[in-house]
Amino acid sequence: MIETGAVFFPLLGAIIAGFFGRSLGDRGAQLVTVGCMALAAACGVALFFDVAFAGNARTVVLATWIDSGSFEANWALRYDTLSAVMVGMVTFISTLIHIYSVGYMSHDRSIPRFMAYLSLFTFAMLMLVTADNLIQLFFGWEGVGLASYLLIGFWFDRESANRAAMKAFIVNRVGDVGFALGICGVFVLTDSIAFDAVFAALAGHGSTMVSAFGGEVRAVELCAVLLFIGAMGKSAQLGLHTWLPDAMEGPTPVSALIHAATMVTAGVFLVARMSPLFEMAPVALALVTIIGASTALFAATIGCVQNDIKRIIAYSTCSQLGYMFFAAGVSAYPAAIFHLFTHAFFKALLFLGAGSVIHAMSDEQDIRRMGGIWRKIPATYALMWIGNLALAGVPFFAGFYSKDMVLEAAWGAHTAVGQYAFWCGIIAAFLTAFYSWRLLILTFHGEPRADHHVMEHVHESPPVMVLPLVVLAIGAVFAGAVFYEPFVGHHWQDFWRTAIVVAPGNDAMENAHHVPLWVKWLPVVMGVSGIALAYALYMGAPGLPARIAARFQGVYQFLLNKWYFDELYDALFVRPSMVIGRALWKGGDGAIIDGFGPDGIAAAAKATASKVVKLQTGLVYHYAFAMMIGIVVLVTLFATGRF
Amino acid sequence: MTATMNWTIAAPELVLACAAMAILMVGVFARRDAWTMVSMLSFGALLGTAVLVIAGGQGPAVAFSGLFVVDGFAVFAKVLILLAAGLGLLLALDWHQREGIARFEYPIIVLLATLGMMMMVSANDLMSLYVGLELSSLALYIAASFARDDLRSTEAGLKYFMLGALASGMLLYGASLTYGYAGTTRFAGIAEALGTAPASAGLVVGLCFIAAGLAFKVSAVPFHMWTPDVYEGAPTPVTAFFSIAPKVAAIALFLRVMTGPFAPVIAQWQQIIILISAASMLVGAFAAIGQTNVKRLMAYSSIGHVGYALIGLAAGDEAGIRAVLVYMAIYVVMNAGAFGCIVAMRKGGKATERIEDLAGLGSTAPMMALAMAVFMFSMAGIPPLAGFFGKLYVFVAAVQAGLWPLAILGVLASVVSAFYYLRIVKVMYFDAGDVALDARPASISFVVAATGAATVLFAALPAPLLGAAAMAARSLVGG
Repeated sequence: MIETGAVFFPLLGAIIAGFFGRSLGDRGAQLVTVGCMALAAACGVALFFDVAFAGNARTVVLATWIDSGSFEANWALRYDTLSAVMVGMVTFISTLIHIYSVGYMSHDRSIPRFMAYLSLFTFAMLMLVTADNLIQLFFGWEGVGLASYLLIGFWFDRESANRAAMKAFIVNRVGDVGFALGICGVFVLTDSIAFDAVFAALAGHGSTMVSAFGGEVRAVELCAVLLFIGAMGKSAQLGLHTWLPDAMEGPTPVSALIHAATMVTAGVFLVARMSPLFEMAPVALALVTIIGASTALFAATIGCVQNDIKRIIAYSTCSQLGYMFFAAGVSAYPAAIFHLFTHAFFKALLFLGAGSVIHAMSDEQDIRRMGGIWRKIPATYALMWIGNLALAGVPFFAGFYSKDMVLEAAWGAHTAVGQYAFWCGIIAAFLTAFYSWRLLILTFHGEPRADHHVMEHVHESPPVMVLPLVVLAIGAVFAGAVFYEPFVGHHWQDFWRTAIVVAPGNDAMENAHHVPLWVKWLPVVMGVSGIALAYALYMGAPGLPARIAARFQGVYQFLLNKWYFDELYDALFVRPSMVIGRALWKGGDGAIIDGFGPDGIAAAAKATASKVVKLQTGLVYHYAFAMMIGIVVLVTLFATGRF
Repeated sequence: MTATMNWTIAAPELVLACAAMAILMVGVFARRDAWTMVSMLSFGALLGTAVLVIAGGQGPAVAFSGLFVVDGFAVFAKVLILLAAGLGLLLALDWHQREGIARFEYPIIVLLATLGMMMMVSANDLMSLYVGLELSSLALYIAASFARDDLRSTEAGLKYFMLGALASGMLLYGASLTYGYAGTTRFAGIAEALGTAPASAGLVVGLCFIAAGLAFKVSAVPFHMWTPDVYEGAPTPVTAFFSIAPKVAAIALFLRVMTGPFAPVIAQWQQIIILISAASMLVGAFAAIGQTNVKRLMAYSSIGHVGYALIGLAAGDEAGIRAVLVYMAIYVVMNAGAFGCIVAMRKGGKATERIEDLAGLGSTAPMMALAMAVFMFSMAGIPPLAGFFGKLYVFVAAVQAGLWPLAILGVLASVVSAFYYLRIVKVMYFDAGDVALDARPASISFVVAATGAATVLFAALPAPLLGAAAMAARSLVGG
C-alpha cells in the first residue's frame, strides 16, 4: 500500500484542494495538502529505507494503459534504489516546502490553487521517478512541465510571470522533441518501452546502425543523444538553460521545490535511469560530460555578477546541475545522484532562506538594496550560512562530500573529457564560493541600502517558515556525511544493485577513491579562496568591485547579460519565427487561404451574384431572348447527345 | 386504348369546374361581403374535390378516349395541388381585404387555375396537356395583375402573359412537330414511335420545345427570368400561390411527359435536365444573395428549389421520381409557411417587403420569428427539419443513379444558398428593429403554425408521405 500511497496522496491532496478549495477555505486547503504530503512523505521515507537499504526492490503494476500491437505500456510503480532515493527525497522536501508555503503565501489571494498546484507537481514528479516505462516517465515529465508552467505563471496578473511561464514551457518543448524522438527510437530499436525489456534487448543492438544526419551512426548513440536533449531541456543545461533564471518569477517555494530541488534534476535522473543505454554509447556520454562541465562553469560565471538574489541561486542551480551531468557523463551515476540528493537539501534551504529574506525585506529581491540586516533576522542569517557552506563544499557539510566525489570521479575517469570536466568543476567551485559569499555579504552585511520604511519593517519569519529551514539545514549539514558510504562508498554496487549499470572499463567510481591527495583537497582550497576573495572585495574594500566592473566593462557586461544567450536566441529563433509566422499569417493564411478560401469564395459568390442579377434587366425582350438562347442550347444538346 | 368516355373518373375536375361557375354566380348576385362568402365556398369546393380525388381511387384508368388518365401519381399530385391552393387562398383572405382588392373573382380564379393544374397532371395526350396548361396559365395571368390599380402588379401580369405566351408558343410548336413526326399526340403513341426507330430530328426538336415550355412553367433556368419580376410585382398572397401550386403541377407534368412519351430517349433528355437543374441551383443560390426584397429573394429561392427537384428527375428512375414528389410536398409546406410570414409583414397598415423590415422580429414577435427561422433553416437544408430530408432523398437518388457531379453541385449550391437564408435569421435576431410589425390575423397564424409544425415534425413521422410518394412513383414508372 505504501507504494501507491507515496505517489497518490499528493494527487488526492491536489484534487481536493483544487476542486473544493473554495469551500474548504484557505486553512482547509493547507491542512489537506500538507496532511496528504506528510502521509506521502511517511510512505516515501519508509520506502527509501526499505528498498534502498533493505534491498526490497519491487514493482507495483496498477493497470494496463496502452496495449496496441507490440506496443504495451502499464501504469506501474517501479521501486528500485534509484526510484526509492528520488521518492524519499521528493516527498520529504516537498512536505517541508508545503509547510513553508503555509507561511510564505499567507497573504496571497489564491492559497488553495497554489497548494493544489504544488501537490499536483509532486504527484507528477513521483510518477516520473517511479515510472516503469518510458511512456509513463514521459507522462510525469510533461506533468511536471505543466505544473512548472502553472506555478511560474502563478501570479498571472504579472506580465513578466506570464512571459516566463511561456518561455519555460516553450524552451522545454525543444528538449521534449528530442526526448519524444528518443523514446520512439528506443521503441523502434527494442520493440518495447518497458525498462526491463528495453535493457534486456539493448545488449543485442550494440552495433545496429541507422542513417541519420547524412551518415551512419550507431542506433544506441542516437537514442542516447536524443534522450539527453530532453534531459538538457528539463535540467536547464547550456543551450536550453535560458528558461531557468526567468522561472524565478514564480513564488519562492516554487523556485525551491521545482527549480532547484526536484524537477530540474529530472534530466539527471533520466540519464541515470537509462544508464544501460548510455553505457553503450561512449560518444553520448562524452557529450553529456562536456555539456555538463561547460554548464557548471558557464552558469557560475554569470552567477558572480547577478544582482537578483533568486537569480544568483538559479544560476547556481544551473551550475550544480552541470556537476551532476558530468558526473553521469564519466559513468559515475551514483556520484551524480548523490550530489543531486545533497543539493536538494542545501539548495532548497538557500531558496527558502532567500524567500525568508525577501519576506523580511517587503518583497525586495535586489541585493544592491539590502545589507545590514543580519542582526534583525539572525535565524535566517545562520541558515543561509549553512546553506552556503554546504554549497561551497566546505568540509563536513553535505556539499563537500558530494562535490568532491563528483570531481574525483571526473579525475578518475582518466579521459580527456574527464580532465576537462575536472578543471571546469574546479574553477566553478571557486566561483561558486565567491558568488555565495558575495550574496551573503551584500544581503546581510554592510550599511543598510534599503530605505528606512523597509528597514523598520524587517522581521524574522514566522516559525512555520523557519522550522522547515531548520530541518533542511540539518540535511544540508549531515546528508553528505551520513549517506556518503552507502551512496558512493567502496561498496556502492551493493546499494544501487541493478538500478544503475556501469559498463566494465568505465571505472571512474572506483578510481575516485584512489586519487592523489591534491585532487581531494583542491576543491576545498578553491572554495575557501573564493570565500576569502569575496570577503576581501565586499567586506574589506566595498568600493573595489565597482571599480573592477568599470575597468573590465566588456567582461562585466558580457556576464551581466548572461553571455547574451537571450539576445542570441532572440535574433536566431524568435525574430525569424515571428517574421515567418507573420508572413504565413498575413500572406499564407490571410492572403492565400482566406483570400482564396473562405473570404475568396464569399467574395466570388457576391461577385457572381451581382453579375447574375445584372442579367435581370426587367426588359421583356431580354427575357424572351434568353429563352430563345435556352431553346437553342437545348436543341443542340439534345441533337448531339452530349455537352 | 379504350374508346369510352368513362367520364366518372374525371368527377373531381367536373365537380370543381361546376362549383367554380356556381360560386361565380353566387358572387355576382351576393349583396355584400361577397369576398368572405365566396372564399368560404371556394374552400368547400377545394375540400370536396380533394375528397373526391382521394375517394376516386388510384386507377389507373383513362377517360375521354385516352386523353385523360388517373393513376396514383395523378392522385398524389392533385392532393398536393389542392392543399397548395387551399393554403394560397387562406393567405389571401385577410391580405386582399386590407389592400382593398378583396374582389370575389379572386377565389374563383384560384379555383379555375387549380382545375387547370389538375388537368395538367392527368394529361395523357399533348392536347389535353395544352388545354390544362393554358387554363391554369390564363387564370394565373389574371391573378398576377389582380391589384389592377397597382403599377407593379399590372406590369407583372403583363410580363407574365407575354413571356407565357411565348412559352406556350414553344410548347405548341413542339407539340405540332412531335405530331408531325410521330403521327399521334397520345403519349403512348409517341413513346411507341420513339421506341421503334432511331429518333428523328423532328421529334428531338419537338421534345426540346415541349421541354422548354414546361421549364418555363417550373421557372427553371434559362426560362426563369420572369419569376423575380412577377413574384415581386404580384400581390404577396398571389406570389405565395404562384410559388407552390403551379410549381407542383408543372413539375408533375414534367415528370409525366419525360418518363412517359419520351421515356425511350432518356439518355438524351437526362443531359438537358442535368443542365437546367444545375443552372437553376446555381442561379437560385447566387442571384438571391444580393437581394433586398424578400419576395424577389423567395423567387430565386424557388428557382433553386426547382433545380433540386429536377435532380430527382435527372436520375430518372423510381427512386428519383419518389424523391421529387417528397421534395415538392415538403417544399409546398415550408414555402407556404415562409410566405405566411411574409404576408404578415405589415407596418402601420402598409405591407412591407424589404428584408431589413424583419429586423428585431426576434424580440417583437418571437413566435413568428421562430417559425420564420424554422422555415429558413429548413430551406437551407439543416437537419432535422423537413427541408433536409427533401434534399437528402434527391441527393441519394442522384448518387444511386451515378450522378455524382450533380449531387456534389447540389450540396455546394445549398451551402451558398444557406448564406441568404441564414441572413434572414440573422436580421431577425441580431439586428435592431425600429417598429414592430402589425398584429397578424388568425388565418395567417394558423397557416404558419400548421406548416411550421409539419416542418419540424416531419422527421418524427415521415412514413405516410414517403409511402404515398413511393406508390405514386411506382404508378408512373414502376409499371
